[in-house]
Amino acid sequence: MPTLLSAWFNSHQPNLHPPSFYSLSLFRSSHPPPSPNPTLAMALSRFASSSRSGSLLKPLSSAISLRRPISTDTTPITLETSVPFTAHQCEAPSRTVQTSANELLTFFRDMALMRRMEIAADSLYKAKLIRGFCHLYDGQEAVAVGMEAALTKKDCIITAYRDHCTFMARGGTLLEVFAELMGRQAGCSRGKGGSMHFYKKDSNFYGGHGIVGAQVPLGCGLAFAQKYSKDEAVTFALYGDGAANQGQLFEALNISALWDLPAILVCENNHYGMGTAEWRAAKSPAYYKRGDYAPGLKVDGMDVLAVKQACTFAKEHALKNGPIILEMDTYRYHGHSMSDPGSTYRTRDEITGVRQERDPIERIRKLILSHDLATEKELKDIEKEVRKEVDDAIAQAKENPVPESSELFTNVYAKGLGVESFGADRKEVRATLP
Amino acid sequence: MLAIARQRILGQSFQKIRPAVSVLRSYSSAAKQITVREALNSALDEEMSADPKVFLMGEEVGEYQGAYKITKGLLEKYGPERVLDTPITEAGFTGIGVGAAYYGLKPVVEFMTFNFSMQAIDHIINSAAKSNYMSAGQISVPIVFRGPNGAAAGVGAQHSQCYASWYASCPGLKVLSPYNSEDARGLLKAAIRDPDPVVFLENELLYGESFPVSDEVLDSSFCIPIGKAKIEREGKDVTITAFSKMVGYALKAAEILEKDGIYAEVINLRSIRPLDRSTINASVRKTNRLVTVEEGFPQHGVGAEICASVVEESFAYLDAPVERIAGADVPMPYAANLERMAVPQIEDIVRAARRACYRSVPLAAAA
Repeated sequence: MPTLLSAWFNSHQPNLHPPSFYSLSLFRSSHPPPSPNPTLAMALSRFASSSRSGSLLKPLSSAISLRRPISTDTTPITLETSVPFTAHQCEAPSRTVQTSANELLTFFRDMALMRRMEIAADSLYKAKLIRGFCHLYDGQEAVAVGMEAALTKKDCIITAYRDHCTFMARGGTLLEVFAELMGRQAGCSRGKGGSMHFYKKDSNFYGGHGIVGAQVPLGCGLAFAQKYSKDEAVTFALYGDGAANQGQLFEALNISALWDLPAILVCENNHYGMGTAEWRAAKSPAYYKRGDYAPGLKVDGMDVLAVKQACTFAKEHALKNGPIILEMDTYRYHGHSMSDPGSTYRTRDEITGVRQERDPIERIRKLILSHDLATEKELKDIEKEVRKEVDDAIAQAKENPVPESSELFTNVYAKGLGVESFGADRKEVRATLP
Repeated sequence: MLAIARQRILGQSFQKIRPAVSVLRSYSSAAKQITVREALNSALDEEMSADPKVFLMGEEVGEYQGAYKITKGLLEKYGPERVLDTPITEAGFTGIGVGAAYYGLKPVVEFMTFNFSMQAIDHIINSAAKSNYMSAGQISVPIVFRGPNGAAAGVGAQHSQCYASWYASCPGLKVLSPYNSEDARGLLKAAIRDPDPVVFLENELLYGESFPVSDEVLDSSFCIPIGKAKIEREGKDVTITAFSKMVGYALKAAEILEKDGIYAEVINLRSIRPLDRSTINASVRKTNRLVTVEEGFPQHGVGAEICASVVEESFAYLDAPVERIAGADVPMPYAANLERMAVPQIEDIVRAARRACYRSVPLAAAA
């Protein structure tokens, strides 16, 4: 049985790029045009596939030594994804991506925040402040962050129960997350949903679903409604490798393909459906191919730039041609949930291996440092800031009250019609539903 | 002794001439007759016309004109974007319908029969019914699930189950079951306009039956309030609750009972959830006796809930144990004679009402 890491290495090229493989192309720049560097020009001409490539070139040495402000610089930077995309029934998008210092640093900060948030949730769960189920996303941050970068708030996202980070990416706050996890009023579902039921309708985030696979037909329904309403937007329906075998997924995909719905099915393949490895659950673990007539793309889900590129491609595709599947090759460091140590069905070596070789935050850190977009200290400061934000939110959430008893009976219906509802002892506790 | 005295008192009331207050008499004199099928079709047509967010989805609803012709003509009128034929994949298309409702559209999802809704029941309960609560009001689900429910004729065990009690036990759902054309029109229109998920249980054998409807019922704004039962026939001796096809049986039973001097009050529940407990209890407080009638399986059925409710709220008013008439506690058999035994018949309702009135034993035997 191949280990996860060796299997991944066998199918991919090494992901480390020496600096000469990228180009710094400047267009729409406010800097004065310098004399071009011939070596750099040659390197640039190989990658200038985009129609937006400019003619202003800056020598590499002077580019690196320039100290630019880190948080607002939107000067385009062209990079390559870790590995090329693998396509099924479609043309893969280019592995050359456009980004900027601002974007990379935003990615870094957002992923660091999510990482810190999930680790803090782990501690809160062990301290018994969080009850029931708690499914953590650390390791998979690049999928949430990269996807959000490719979308607008008009596009819809729906996912399963591992939803804390997806909720944050859609604009949720830390207080809403921690308060909901601890069952308090300030939670995004006012304490009535819990870890698996985060929603943010004003950002078109539709949860937050506990039944494996159910969110995929729901997501195709959102796409149907977007098409019906002529909104020119798409829905991303996320599911795991475990859910990929669900029949309702194929039912929904069939209908989406028949009706040309702008639905993107995103398989977050972290290689384990709870304790069952993908090779034990799926006869064909090539999830990006399982759409059969529907095109698919396999993406390195630990590379936020690859995720963004794939999602941009998928959105364009779905608006024109109907459903497409994205398989995000990703990994979760925690077990399936807080009740699962995560080490009975995989080795600790595998986990540390992925953390060392493929961690999404480390990848961006290396990119930022190697492009001199920020110093190590600046990145550490960001991590400290983020840690403080998380700690402050937790402190605030801890102070927040639990829901009022009357909340037991609210929101059963949108329109309660003055009907009666009952507590455990109906002679003791009754309420009229508004 | 007491039994004989009671018989005599009831015998005296037999002498009074009581006008049978029938619903039919209260309609306008120029009453039009429409079938339940026409009622449902016109309700769908009007609601689709009034609100562009309403659309239909289900197997054969479009080109086939509806498996039972309920959606006849709607594809021609509203086009394939709003009347959608689905593949035979209930879990998939029900989930799609619920997702569309999350976004704000108003789907009307047809199940060819509610037996097939079991394939999609996770979406009805977990995706639709509970969402408004779990999201603290962010995600409401204005969807209607409709289709024939309960026994038809000779369709066997897998195609004959009544789902009223299953769905009605779930908070977050509204469950309606019309009897006549007025019910069909008014309740379906109310269901489509309602912002919550509604399970709308029709009856295949009633589709072809005609009922008189007033001009008010035919008006496009006509709506019946959800959660209110209707007293189809007033009475004073025993209350009979029923829904869907059994209302017709209960009314016929009431006519038979009237000949014996037992005046039954027939309540058409219309709404299984919310259950109109106040109308039921008020009636039982008047008559002091109750017979519940339903087609579905008896255990944990609608009648069980009604009985518990009445015992809790109106115990002191009961003069006899509550009687339950329900489908037989067996899967539905095919053979016609066995099928007849598996579904309530009018004589079962009459017998139960007599028992409730302590009239089932002949006078000579009571000593």
